[in-house]
Amino acid sequence: MEIDPFIFRLSIFILSIFIGYYVVWSVTPSLHTPLMSVTNAISSVIIVGAIIAGLAGNSESIFNTSSIFGFLAISLAAINIFGGFLVTQRMLQMYKKKKKDK
Amino acid sequence: MSENLSAIFYLISGVLFILALRGLSSPETSRQGNFFGILGMLIAITVTFLSIGNFSSGFTYVLIFLLIGGSIGAFIAYKIPMTAMPELVAGFHSLVGLAAVFVAISAFLNPGAFNLGSPGNIKLGSLIEMSIGAGVGAITFSGSIIAFLKLQGIMSGSPITFKGQHLLNALILISILVLTYLLCVTQSSNLFWTLIAVSFLIGFLLIVPIGGADMPVVISMLNSYSGWAAAGIGFTLENSALIITGALVGSSGAILSYIMCKGMNRSFFSVILGGFGATEQSSSSQNKEQRPVKSGNAEDAAFLMKNASSVIIVPGYGMAVAQAQHALREMVDTLKKNDIKVTYAIHPVAGRMPGHMNVLLAEANVPYDEVFELEEINNDFANADVAFVIGANDVTNPVAKTDPQSPIFGMPILDVEKCKSVLFVKRSLSPGYAGIDNDLFYRENTLMLFADAKKMTEEITKNLN
Repeated sequence: MEIDPFIFRLSIFILSIFIGYYVVWSVTPSLHTPLMSVTNAISSVIIVGAIIAGLAGNSESIFNTSSIFGFLAISLAAINIFGGFLVTQRMLQMYKKKKKDK
Repeated sequence: MSENLSAIFYLISGVLFILALRGLSSPETSRQGNFFGILGMLIAITVTFLSIGNFSSGFTYVLIFLLIGGSIGAFIAYKIPMTAMPELVAGFHSLVGLAAVFVAISAFLNPGAFNLGSPGNIKLGSLIEMSIGAGVGAITFSGSIIAFLKLQGIMSGSPITFKGQHLLNALILISILVLTYLLCVTQSSNLFWTLIAVSFLIGFLLIVPIGGADMPVVISMLNSYSGWAAAGIGFTLENSALIITGALVGSSGAILSYIMCKGMNRSFFSVILGGFGATEQSSSSQNKEQRPVKSGNAEDAAFLMKNASSVIIVPGYGMAVAQAQHALREMVDTLKKNDIKVTYAIHPVAGRMPGHMNVLLAEANVPYDEVFELEEINNDFANADVAFVIGANDVTNPVAKTDPQSPIFGMPILDVEKCKSVLFVKRSLSPGYAGIDNDLFYRENTLMLFADAKKMTEEITKNLN
């Protein structure tokens, strides 16, 4: 019997939870706020689904109910992607070590 | 682009996201990590375009909507003050949740576009995954909106509770399961809409009873939910980048919630059930006895610090409210000029979200190697001359160690009282978020500085010079 592809996706999912567990424990507590903003940004990779949904309409009717929801989701996810990565960048740039000269 | 090739690229972007989180293990590697994240996102988006291969007029609209969202996001990211970071993150969570709901709706209405079958005849597995994505997404959305309103102060931070709340929530959760089951059997779109509506409602009801002091847990928890919602959608779309990311974000949020709960010595369950702070507030106002308090002014504080050889600063949410971080840094600079050793002690739940104080201090150009976590620095208080508590309260309350009756008993606290003298900047003697009196105020070695945190710090600096 062939293995259902779902099982493979489930394996990826379970293993990623473990990777997440170990990776996140190694994040230094002082960077927990950037951690939250960057996880925010990367979870917006959901934009992939939004783009598929937005482009699903055929050439005569680009806007049908389904694709409109897709387009809206693109905007929402894009706010998060740009906002999330940029604000993380802004925060990380502020973390500086003690200057050597003093 | 063939499906296999795009699947490999999605995997690569998933790996890049793992590296993005991995980079955060130290500030030196963190910027590179963020770059990996951006790269992963670029790959995922590009591959999606290429695999659809449809560059007709629809493509233009995708770009337009992407640019609209992107410019709003970029604008917010540059404008937002660092003190408002908790609200921003809560707001962003709500967007991820809503986007998940929209994608699920879109997939439900047009399953053909996602290879999930046809309307009214969607594959069973996909339908379940879709329901999970939409349901969790809706909970994330409405929950984050409430968290946002509470953090912004638009909605009262005190917990809102009513009779039969837990029973109602339990019934709604059961009804969600029943709805999902019926949806799978009948494929009815009405049931799908009801499911989403009920999920919005439960998200709202779950967060409303949770008080302001528990906000760090709530934000972390919603962070986790947004991840699970993304993973649910990832299963629907059979997309490994989304599945990996969802799992990463989900476990990240869960770990942060755990750390926050431990920082308050509260069980995750009791936070979820909510109501903390409501009952305690009433009991504390009953037995208000007048105890003597020593209070001083900036001059006294400057005198004490000038004669100290080491000072530990304990910042809290009040520092953020007063925007005192820059003034504080200037004060510390002056102290350092006088050869006084200064370090910062940060409690895990200081502020309104994990790591909030660290960001504010970094913003004020405080080098991160002068900032220490609770376990690293707690033993140093006994050898320090002055502890300068600015905007923190409950996390310094010695009652947590001595009084088993206290609601915060057992919470790990900073041993501020062990210092030779404690300077406590606060506007009044009012209790903190937990609603309990701080024993530290009445200690022999405590000098209260009643003033706005920023003004007081500026005056101390003047007196130091």
